[in-house]
Amino acid sequence: MAHAYTPGLKVLQRTTVDKERRLPLKGDVLVAAGKTVAPDDTVARTYLPGNVQMVNIANLLNVDAQDIAEVMLVDIGSKIKEGELLAETKGLFGFFKSSAVSPVDCVLESISDITGQVVLREVPMPVEIDAYMNGKVASVLEEEGVVVSANAVFIQGIFGMGGENRGDLRVLVDNREDELTPEMIPDDVKGAVIVGGSFISLEAYKKAISVGAGAVVAGGFNYHDLKDILGYTLGVAITGSENLGTSLILTEGYGRIPMGNRCFELLQQHNGKFTSVNGSTQIRAGVIRPEIVIPLTADDSMDSRSDKDTTSGISAGSLVRVIRAPYFGDIGTVVSLPSELQQMESETMVRVAEVEIGGETLVIPRANLEMVETI
Amino acid sequence: MLLQSILATDCGSTTTKAILIELVNGEYRLRFRGEAPTTVEAPFEDVTRGVLNAVMEVEELSNRTLLDGDDIITPQEGDKGVDIYVSTSSAGGGLQMMVAGVVKSMSGESAERAALGAGSIVMDVLASNDGRKPHEKITRIRQLRPDMILLSGGIDGGTIKHVVELAEILKAANPQPRLGSDYKLPVIYAGNNKASDEIKKTIGKQTDLTLVENIRPVLERENLNPSRDKIHDLFMEHVMQQAPGYKKLMTWTDAPIMPTPGAVGSLIEMIAAKEDIAVVGVDIGGATTDIFSVFQGQFNRTVSANLGMSYSICNVLAEATLENVLRWVPFEIDEKELTNRIGNKMIRPTTVPQSMDELKIEQAIAREALRLSFIQHKSFAVNLKGVQKERTISDAFEQSDSGLSLVDMMDLDLLVGSGGVLSHAPRREQSTRMLIDAFLPEGITQLAVDSIFMMPQLGVLANIDQQDLAENAHKAALEVFNKDCLVRLGTCIAPVGNAKPGALILTGELTMPDGSNQQVELQQGELLSIPADYEAIKATLRPTKGFDIGAGKSEEISTIIYGGVVGLVFDGRGRPFNLPVEKDERIEDLTAWSNAMNEYPLESAA
Repeated sequence: MAHAYTPGLKVLQRTTVDKERRLPLKGDVLVAAGKTVAPDDTVARTYLPGNVQMVNIANLLNVDAQDIAEVMLVDIGSKIKEGELLAETKGLFGFFKSSAVSPVDCVLESISDITGQVVLREVPMPVEIDAYMNGKVASVLEEEGVVVSANAVFIQGIFGMGGENRGDLRVLVDNREDELTPEMIPDDVKGAVIVGGSFISLEAYKKAISVGAGAVVAGGFNYHDLKDILGYTLGVAITGSENLGTSLILTEGYGRIPMGNRCFELLQQHNGKFTSVNGSTQIRAGVIRPEIVIPLTADDSMDSRSDKDTTSGISAGSLVRVIRAPYFGDIGTVVSLPSELQQMESETMVRVAEVEIGGETLVIPRANLEMVETI
Repeated sequence: MLLQSILATDCGSTTTKAILIELVNGEYRLRFRGEAPTTVEAPFEDVTRGVLNAVMEVEELSNRTLLDGDDIITPQEGDKGVDIYVSTSSAGGGLQMMVAGVVKSMSGESAERAALGAGSIVMDVLASNDGRKPHEKITRIRQLRPDMILLSGGIDGGTIKHVVELAEILKAANPQPRLGSDYKLPVIYAGNNKASDEIKKTIGKQTDLTLVENIRPVLERENLNPSRDKIHDLFMEHVMQQAPGYKKLMTWTDAPIMPTPGAVGSLIEMIAAKEDIAVVGVDIGGATTDIFSVFQGQFNRTVSANLGMSYSICNVLAEATLENVLRWVPFEIDEKELTNRIGNKMIRPTTVPQSMDELKIEQAIAREALRLSFIQHKSFAVNLKGVQKERTISDAFEQSDSGLSLVDMMDLDLLVGSGGVLSHAPRREQSTRMLIDAFLPEGITQLAVDSIFMMPQLGVLANIDQQDLAENAHKAALEVFNKDCLVRLGTCIAPVGNAKPGALILTGELTMPDGSNQQVELQQGELLSIPADYEAIKATLRPTKGFDIGAGKSEEISTIIYGGVVGLVFDGRGRPFNLPVEKDERIEDLTAWSNAMNEYPLESAA
């Protein structure tokens, strides 16, 4: 049977989520394999080499670079306090001395008799990595971090901003077509992951920030409003380092687009549960999509429904969503996948799918379709 | 050695493309092509898998055996295998470099030119006078994780202090290579030869340091080739060694693997030299736009890192402004709706325009991406050259952005476009219009598109220097380039000057290949298209008073011009070119020009 590959977003009701929690440099792992961890637990720690300050002693003391050793008062490797003398000239009969002091607490790393510079290394900066989600340490990456594993609901968004956040899940709309308006956002959602339906306006998102929500999940948002939040026009979809306070995760895209049915159902079903989210997005080679992880507990009833792998491909009978105009956001069922190239209205020759949408069979480029849940 | 068959691949970041060239009746021709997804990333993590898949497609299409299991059969035995196999690569993000120079507009600019010419992406240019404090530079170097660093600065025998200072900054930053941590970062030093010992002392242990000739041995001379060659060597020795599967791929090829843009650039250089013409080549991709040019025999390349048609399409919008994109859209559209559509293309980059309106919007954005990339190129391609050439001291002080651009549109002979939006436009008239509107050629300029983007593979062929292979490989590159690679669109004839709308600005006679004569009258504001094949046409062109077609103001020209799949395009819209500001008038003009060129179906033009 003909089928086509299209990268669908994962919407999984129960799966094993493995999160690698890795330090940027080698360091100490603080937890052992098998340990149960909470999102805020520190699992690994290291120290980044301190910032470097360069001080041109030769210029400051008005001496030749090659004579710098004669004026230095501290040796390479010495620990130095802020304000401590680094170098001093002999002066004239002990008077009119010139001196240079350290601008920071540091270690003297090097002295150059070519440039007259000294390199001062500030104290190392501690970096800690937390567990991100409720789970168990599945394995330890020697000196680098751990893999935290959990049985969880796992949902990928199409675009997000802001990094990791976590809090209780609060679904604030009744159905997936509803817009999340400012009035719907109560004052008691501080730290929570709040969920809207088809759209969140700039005003509503600002309200979410003002009440301290941990994250907002919605179907769509207006692209041009991103500038208001970020302070610049987003040119490429590489996000995650923004300091927003309230992460934003869009499940569908830009504009007013009802949230996928299954995605919304899952969020409703787990309303109130503790949820970890990450808005980081990178749409380039090595794609990263934003995510919502709702770890399941032993109390969660086991659902016998298996998750259909939406990345395997589209075939006749697949439920698909159109991801480009003119039918953007419409959902339909694939009737057939003709093998011949077909000409579109744009005169582009493409591989197509025949899709039944609202009782009508439409011919749509396969590249413009995305698989959606079938159960 | 007479080459009967050549297999060449280009391992791009998303697709690996294979072409099979064969000697047919004494000339080299492209016979078949195949493609498959590139397999650098998980789950495969082996580039050769994608190469084999692409070659298998060629096997199926050509109905001949090229593979023996997982090996490419070389040389050809009977009808099995090929005589040589070559490849280029930009998979895994291509070659990413950082360059450093003492003075940003002098050694910094020369180092950037060398790195770009070698086919790399320049992540940052570090300079003593770039306004950043040492700790800011150090933080930046740490963040970037380049594949390689090119350090330059100082003329030979001059003061060594500043370039050693840069080395000290590098040492303090202790940069780590992007791919893997089990090898030292390659650093090329191409600065003041007197500083070599100090540079070795400063960063020799921490990095894999190579010394080459000074990129700027004296103030008024630039010497880029030693650095460019070394970048290619290190790309093979270090970067490629780390990328998944490349060790194996390197054992398969009969010539060194080249970075894709480096191969394209060298092909364009070769064409320009061979035909003694000025050429501009552009490759507009999903994330970046590369522009190559050869003017006055001098080659330049620029990469506009965030001007592309999918991943960075929103950046085109940000840099060009919505107003500038909208000015090319021949119908009314709600601005919010338009920006959401463009945003959705960014987050779902593989989608294709289904409706005619979507196509027009995409082509409007392409015009702006090309225009902006070309502005960047013009400001970079200033009066310096890639090989040694004497310049006077007074010239040397003009080599910054304020230096005279080498790009002279009146001198341009050939403009070649490639990349999806140009190569795969449903109508060639659309590619022609996009090239003309974005680059605004002046006088007489031939236009072409790369039919299937095979310039990388031809570029690596053109670079083969093994004695026994070189002659035939170069011949194959040129013949395939002329016969199969380029789709000749035609010639644009654009008088320079402006007059009142409707005023006569050019008259001319054309003697067509069949001997028939055709008169031309071009008015200000008009776009005129005359169908003509790629054959010699005798043309006598007479610009009216104040207009220039290449021989000077109001001067007549008699010359040979060529048509193509689109034909001759007489562009009477004036240079400099300005679109009407008033919306209705603008849409009316855009529609009239589209109709004159048969760019879109008539009924859908607004």
